[in-house]
Amino acid sequence: MGHDVTYLGFIPLLPLLGALVVGLIYLATCQGKQISERLYGILGCIGPVLSLFMALKVFFALRALPAEQRFLTHKAYTWFSVGDLDVSMGFLADPLSSLMLLFVTFVGSLIHIYSIGYMAGDKNFGKFFAYMNLFLGSMLILVLGDGPVVMFVGWEGVGLCSYLLISYYNEDRENVVAGNKAFIVNRIGDLGFVLGMGFLFWGIGADGFDYLTLKANAHHLTAPIGLTVCLLLFVGATGKSAQIPLYVWLPDAMAGPTPVSALIHAATMVTAGVYMVARFSFIYAHVPVAGEVVAWIGILTALLAATFGMFQSDIKKILAYSTVSQLGYMFVGVGVSAYSAGIFHVFTHAFFKALLFLGAGSVILALHHQQDIWKMGGLKTKLPITYWTMLIGGLALAGCPPFSGFFSKDEILYSALATGHVGIWAIGVLVAGMTAYYTFRMIFVVFHGSPRDQKSFEHAQESPKVMTIPLIILAAGAIFAGPLNMPAIFGGNQLISHWLAPSLVEHHPHGGLALELLAIGASVLAFVIGISIAYRKYAVTADEPVFKGLYNFAYNKFYVDEFYDTVIVRPYRFVGRAISKIFEPYVVDAPVQASAWLYRMLGLAFKVVQVGYVRIYAIYMVIGLSVMSLLISQSLNL
Amino acid sequence: MISQYLSLSIILFCLGILGVVSRRNVFIVFMAIELMLNAANLGFVALARLHLNMDGHVLAMMVMAVAAAEAALALAVIILLHKHKGNLDTNIFSLLKG
Repeated sequence: MGHDVTYLGFIPLLPLLGALVVGLIYLATCQGKQISERLYGILGCIGPVLSLFMALKVFFALRALPAEQRFLTHKAYTWFSVGDLDVSMGFLADPLSSLMLLFVTFVGSLIHIYSIGYMAGDKNFGKFFAYMNLFLGSMLILVLGDGPVVMFVGWEGVGLCSYLLISYYNEDRENVVAGNKAFIVNRIGDLGFVLGMGFLFWGIGADGFDYLTLKANAHHLTAPIGLTVCLLLFVGATGKSAQIPLYVWLPDAMAGPTPVSALIHAATMVTAGVYMVARFSFIYAHVPVAGEVVAWIGILTALLAATFGMFQSDIKKILAYSTVSQLGYMFVGVGVSAYSAGIFHVFTHAFFKALLFLGAGSVILALHHQQDIWKMGGLKTKLPITYWTMLIGGLALAGCPPFSGFFSKDEILYSALATGHVGIWAIGVLVAGMTAYYTFRMIFVVFHGSPRDQKSFEHAQESPKVMTIPLIILAAGAIFAGPLNMPAIFGGNQLISHWLAPSLVEHHPHGGLALELLAIGASVLAFVIGISIAYRKYAVTADEPVFKGLYNFAYNKFYVDEFYDTVIVRPYRFVGRAISKIFEPYVVDAPVQASAWLYRMLGLAFKVVQVGYVRIYAIYMVIGLSVMSLLISQSLNL
Repeated sequence: MISQYLSLSIILFCLGILGVVSRRNVFIVFMAIELMLNAANLGFVALARLHLNMDGHVLAMMVMAVAAAEAALALAVIILLHKHKGNLDTNIFSLLKG
């Protein structure tokens, strides 16, 4: 397999080492005198930044190779080997994983640097950086893993870190509950992933269980098993990437610190599901039905989350629902076999959504942890850098040309239209309008108009440089990431699609110029309508609305959480109680207790012979030996 | 003639057992054990003489060597026991009582 390079293994190893070092220092010092935040900050940022340089090195190494041989591998060690299943801790860098690698390490490094400012003064500063590093290391294992099993290691690692960081402010019970919810909902998805892996192995795993071998053997997969594998893997994706029906954990996950929301719950971890589907494009491409399911779930999630997003009042919840909604778009992309379009949206989304979250964090910090947009207003003059960068992020999210979100979203919608999914396309355009509306509703309410809370407005200050510089860099990313994949119609050459082509199995749809113009026109129109409604309602002045009727229904998120609580959680809890009250004591424990009682009684009976005097034991010995010698002499017929 | 030797050996051995079982002083118990060893020695030597070979004699010599070693060790243990409890009554050492 040629291109074995050792430095591939260092990419996930460096942040993991960072996590170990920072974590041990934190453990050693958290009781007594703490070391300075500056030192923690430097230690915490070394790993991600070095990984970023390694990722660049990988990228250039791949670029130097001819297109069809663009992969680098590294086998660190054999993990386990059972029968046909031979799993090694191996890494694979191909165009797809190298692209993921680049933006994960880039956005990750920026967010680590931003966190030095955001978390300043927190008493568990070191713990935060240890978890963040651990997360980045796990994410890089997920991206670089050379087979489903290694990917699953990273998959679980990021889930763990997500849980730890959501419940980071663990003095509050609510945050801990949110962390538990995220973890438990993800378990449901993970079960799907594991089962999918099992079926995949059963189908074609015998010759080798890494992507390259699986890809070569994909055509041996029978249709029913292929469908099962695809759907089960997608169940895993719905958990990690917050799609219907498992999306409920993501909005609650906003309980964590804002940099966590930006890194884990917007830019990187939640896109793992999309990455996974694109990774398995060699299977999905053969099972159109699974693609349909993925695309429809995606677009319905996008619609539902956008609906919720229009009514939220918590700035982070708005962004959370918009993340769910954008993830829906990505699944539409990979569902209609436009894998590169889906991954491209992952790529651009990482920039502008991380930017929006970090901007929101800057606002929240300036207002002393106020997250309700109806207590903000007029912050444009007080936080100019935050305002301008968030405006760029908002325009990118809303799909304003020529910002990055426009190109990626448009490509997905065009692919849906060109492959004949007119219904999905129509809903997608509607959601694009809704996105523009709720994004600018947030921006107008927060930054324009007059201050609603005079006292906190006066105390508001622009954030320190360590926070604003990452914002500016991400804003540049949000502007310039789009043209990287400029479609031919604008004179571009789709750099990213071409780059990704060797990793993916896809057929580019050719819809013709008219269809392309229709898609672009509809997207732009939706954007203009959405933003103008938001402008009319919120740009000058607006008061906190009182929701009635259907609006109230949407404000309360269609009572989905309550529905899950009634239909799943409560019956489960009831069954659990019944088991712990009836089954456990009377069926499981009773035989155990009875046998314990039996042995106690036997012990009491035999206790009599244990008198403790040496001479009595001597008598036992003599009796025993006599009996034995009698028996032996009889059996020898002496 | 041999049966008389063996009878004496058995009588001595039973006396040893009786001593171990019935006496409470550690020294007496120890002496009773030595008595049993010597009873066995008597049997060995008598049978060796009967069969006219040296195996029994060798074994008797070995038993004596072991008995000497055991005496050295056991006396040391007895001294420790005495230091520990200030008494040599075997009934005092009854930690194993159930």
